[in-house]
Amino acid sequence: MKIMNCPLNGPRNISEFIHGGELKPMPNPTTCSDREWADYVFYSDNTAGVITEWWMHVASSYWFLAERHTVTDEILRTFDPQEIFQERIEFAVEEKRS
Amino acid sequence: MPFGLLKYGLSSDYPVDVDLPPPKELKPSYDVVIIGGGGHGLAIAYYLAKYHNITNVAVLEKAYLGGGNTARNTAVIRSNYLTSEGVKFYSESVKLFQNLSNEFDFNVMYSERGQLTLAHTDATVRSFRQRAEVNKHFGGRTDMIDRQQIRELVPSLNLDPGHLPVLAGLWHRDGATARHDAVAWGYAKEAAKRGVEIHQLTEVRNLVIEGGRITAVETNRGTIQCGCAVQAVAGHSSVLAKQAGFRLPIISYPLQAMVTQPVKPFLDPLVSSSALHCYVQQTSRGEVVFGGGSDPYPLYNTRSTLEMKESLIASGIEMFPFLAKAKLMRQWGGVTDMTPDYSPIMGESPIENYYLDAGWGTWGFKATPICGKTMAEMVASGGKVPELIQPFRLERFANFQQVNEMGATAASH
Repeated sequence: MKIMNCPLNGPRNISEFIHGGELKPMPNPTTCSDREWADYVFYSDNTAGVITEWWMHVASSYWFLAERHTVTDEILRTFDPQEIFQERIEFAVEEKRS
Repeated sequence: MPFGLLKYGLSSDYPVDVDLPPPKELKPSYDVVIIGGGGHGLAIAYYLAKYHNITNVAVLEKAYLGGGNTARNTAVIRSNYLTSEGVKFYSESVKLFQNLSNEFDFNVMYSERGQLTLAHTDATVRSFRQRAEVNKHFGGRTDMIDRQQIRELVPSLNLDPGHLPVLAGLWHRDGATARHDAVAWGYAKEAAKRGVEIHQLTEVRNLVIEGGRITAVETNRGTIQCGCAVQAVAGHSSVLAKQAGFRLPIISYPLQAMVTQPVKPFLDPLVSSSALHCYVQQTSRGEVVFGGGSDPYPLYNTRSTLEMKESLIASGIEMFPFLAKAKLMRQWGGVTDMTPDYSPIMGESPIENYYLDAGWGTWGFKATPICGKTMAEMVASGGKVPELIQPFRLERFANFQQVNEMGATAASH
């Protein structure tokens, strides 16, 4: 069994985690064009090499980031998202009242 | 002593059938360069030569012919998809497959066994009804069948696996299998006979793009000019596209499969269950082939993992409990180029004369002939996308016009 080091729970079997996709900047959904949104939602760098990606420890619902080599499957580093995200990202769309 | 044994045994001069001419130097320039010598790339080359008289073509393969996903898939041919676009496209492929051995004068061992997909939930039964009707509408032979009919068709199948009793089946009479590497060799042989150059051990290192057009391809054996180029590199689609300067809606996941030692014939149809993430077929040699769902996270690696094998074997044994004692003979993996809607990407790219044959995920083998034929038509016409593959253009993602085949594809191949 492959082991992943969870920043919150320590080393665990990789079957306890789910993969959440590569880390990419989200355009503002209220102001970006349809094409920009499609690019964000559907397109992928799909890099063969070291990438930064989201993972979640299922049992504790804890999301974190990992640096992993997508050819050798080596997990180089896992870390708390606070290293990158200093403030909360709001997804709610402001409703226009008529 | 038989005369032939004496004659050829004592002489170094004996008749040899040469399917592919020996390798030669790359020419400085080709009308069409096809990157990737799998079934798809070779099929495009063959149809370009056969129907469009375009033979100044080079197929570049970094390793050996059909060494990628062409010979790693589980060789399922079927057209029982969900959308009208999908069914129309894959039905044409099944028709071409049926005549392929005759066309090549080379046995691809096409065998029409029928494919049985199992429903374990009401939701799946509903989707089966829809698929059966869409299939019939386009001339396919697909019917809903009940437990008794399933029992008659596959007596050895366990209809009550654990917590997931089988409720109904989708019986697709057109389902078939073929020797997948023979399909690649057949295309290669016939393409080479018509003058196409096939270069193995020729890796593309860089694409030369000038003013939005591809002008040359740099390889480990030198640079060649090209009138246009097609990429057909399956799991590595994104890597090559990046060299051309654009991204794709593709993520590469490994898919693992395995095969047992030969046992006596017990299974005629191809049987699959998406709820159990397992599909099973017995080859003409008697081996039982198991395939399942993709790996849980992206990777450019064909390694096998114990976890995936364990879950696949667990499901396989639920379906056919007596296989518990069977010994595994081989296991392998392939890197699949998965798209968000489980449909392929064919047609134009952001580069004017650079065409895409990508996003074939876990469903590429069955489309080899029709993809080759339609892509050849497009290349020959200078980029006019044939009607049959219009719905599968890259632009569909930006336009939110996806062709959703997830339900008819995931782990049911």
